[in-house]
Amino acid sequence: MPSNIIFSAKDISKFFGHGKKRICAVNNVSFDIADGEIVSIVGGSGCGKSVLAKIMLGLYSPDSGSFLYKGKPITNTRNHWNEVQSVFQDPFGCFNQFFSIRSQLKDAFGILKEKPSKQNIEKRVDEALLAVNVKPLDIEGKYPFELSGGQMQRMLLARIFALKPKVLIADEPTSMVDACVRANILDYLMKLKEELGMTIVFVTHDIGLAYYVSDRIFIMHEAKIVEAGKPEDVTQNPQSPHTVRLLEDIPDINREWIKK
Amino acid sequence: MLKLLKNLIKEPMFVIGVFLFLTTVFAGLLGPSLYTPQPRSEFGYEAPLAPRGIEVDLSKNTITHWVVHRGDTLYAKETIKKDSLGNMLNNTALAKYWIGTDNLGQDYVALLLRGLQNSLYVGLLAGVIATTIGTLVGLFAGFKGGIIDDILNMFTNLFIVIPSFVVLVLVSTSFPQGRSLTLIAVLIGFTTWPWTARSVRAQAASLRGRDHISLARINGASNLQIIFKHILPYLASYVFMVFIMQVASGILSESAISMIGLGPLGEGATSLGVILNTAKNQSAITDGLWWGIFPAAIVITVIVFALYLLNNSMEGVFNPRLRK
Repeated sequence: MPSNIIFSAKDISKFFGHGKKRICAVNNVSFDIADGEIVSIVGGSGCGKSVLAKIMLGLYSPDSGSFLYKGKPITNTRNHWNEVQSVFQDPFGCFNQFFSIRSQLKDAFGILKEKPSKQNIEKRVDEALLAVNVKPLDIEGKYPFELSGGQMQRMLLARIFALKPKVLIADEPTSMVDACVRANILDYLMKLKEELGMTIVFVTHDIGLAYYVSDRIFIMHEAKIVEAGKPEDVTQNPQSPHTVRLLEDIPDINREWIKK
Repeated sequence: MLKLLKNLIKEPMFVIGVFLFLTTVFAGLLGPSLYTPQPRSEFGYEAPLAPRGIEVDLSKNTITHWVVHRGDTLYAKETIKKDSLGNMLNNTALAKYWIGTDNLGQDYVALLLRGLQNSLYVGLLAGVIATTIGTLVGLFAGFKGGIIDDILNMFTNLFIVIPSFVVLVLVSTSFPQGRSLTLIAVLIGFTTWPWTARSVRAQAASLRGRDHISLARINGASNLQIIFKHILPYLASYVFMVFIMQVASGILSESAISMIGLGPLGEGATSLGVILNTAKNQSAITDGLWWGIFPAAIVITVIVFALYLLNNSMEGVFNPRLRK
């Protein structure tokens, strides 16, 4: 195994519930993700892609199989999160509604082993906010429930831009922002990637987005990775019927989309 | 925290509730030591407003006032002498007691203050016990989930199914010699926790999987920080409101079992429920001796009402989404 492998999953499975209600969220999935790679996990709702993201993040541990980060299982989660950070799917549920947004962005620095100085933290938060097209003054003293979904999502991204992690697991990072802001954010993310050599795992249902940004695409369906490969191969020459479905369902201005 | 308080003070319901509750608490805490009770009357059930019979003897210039009790027996009787102009000479009874006396001639105001103190004590202790057990069981069940949750849930449901009042009555009867206020409070506390456990469990379970907990974790927050910063604020309002409800229901439960004669027994264990029970036993209700029943009932109503007002007004403030 080459040494630049960041994530290595071998036959991992994850179940929820017990007894009759047991649900398999991830079923015998194997993959490797190399350092500096951008991988997109694409699939419909409920296919287990978010659970897979949480396994990579170390929030869930797989019930069977082995999952390695840099060749070692994730044991010390604090060390893991020092390098691997995430944007969660639901921006509304991500912030504690009892504390102001800014204080929570600053709290994020708690995970870093080398904590920057207070002024430095303020500076990095301001920079990160500007990177997501939000004026720092606009969220001054604001609480999470006072922001819109798109704004909250940008706050989550700002958190990443402030922390500058080595690995980013982004679960639907731009699902609630408009196309223009999305392009800006992706642009900035790519810049950050170049700058830091970041590894990015996108979790998305948008195969179009995945095509533009990824080095590789994993297609997930019903807890399994049904296809994996370069974006060109996956989109031009899909092997799995589920990939075909995903591709067909991309809305196209010149084509009738919803079949009557 | 300060902001929360500011928001609370803006709420008129809260202010009224706090005012009523603090008034009762101060009356209960300080009343018994500040108020010097009138000496015991030789005649029970006196009241300034409702003598049940007046006998005027013009030749002796006396008015005799009595209260009929238990059929035809004269229970209380007091003679007031008046001079020729009709002024009272020997006013022993009519102006002395604010409310009146009980059947033993004890000043009702003093009794009520003492009863209030004891009832508040029982309610608070029962509330603390029920809330603590309920919150612990609920948190544990909700956060652990899985099989532990199932077992604790079953246990909680078992307690909910058994009517707590029946348990209270049965356990109370097994202590015929003496039942202290503390014993009654503990009994109430141990029988009323399941509802707290249920609501806290539901809250905790819904919080467990929330993204903000995950985010706090990847922010490097310790378990204690997560509990105090990211879980407690979400649960605190519930726990606190449940606590208020538990205190109110503790006071009511105590009154209820005291009313049927299974409340605290012994010297100084006069609770509001015991006052009601005594009045009932001395057939104050059938004889229309309202001052034996109403003042105590009103005091209970005021405390419980104040607690409900507090609970209601907090709902809107503790949940920031409901803030106006």
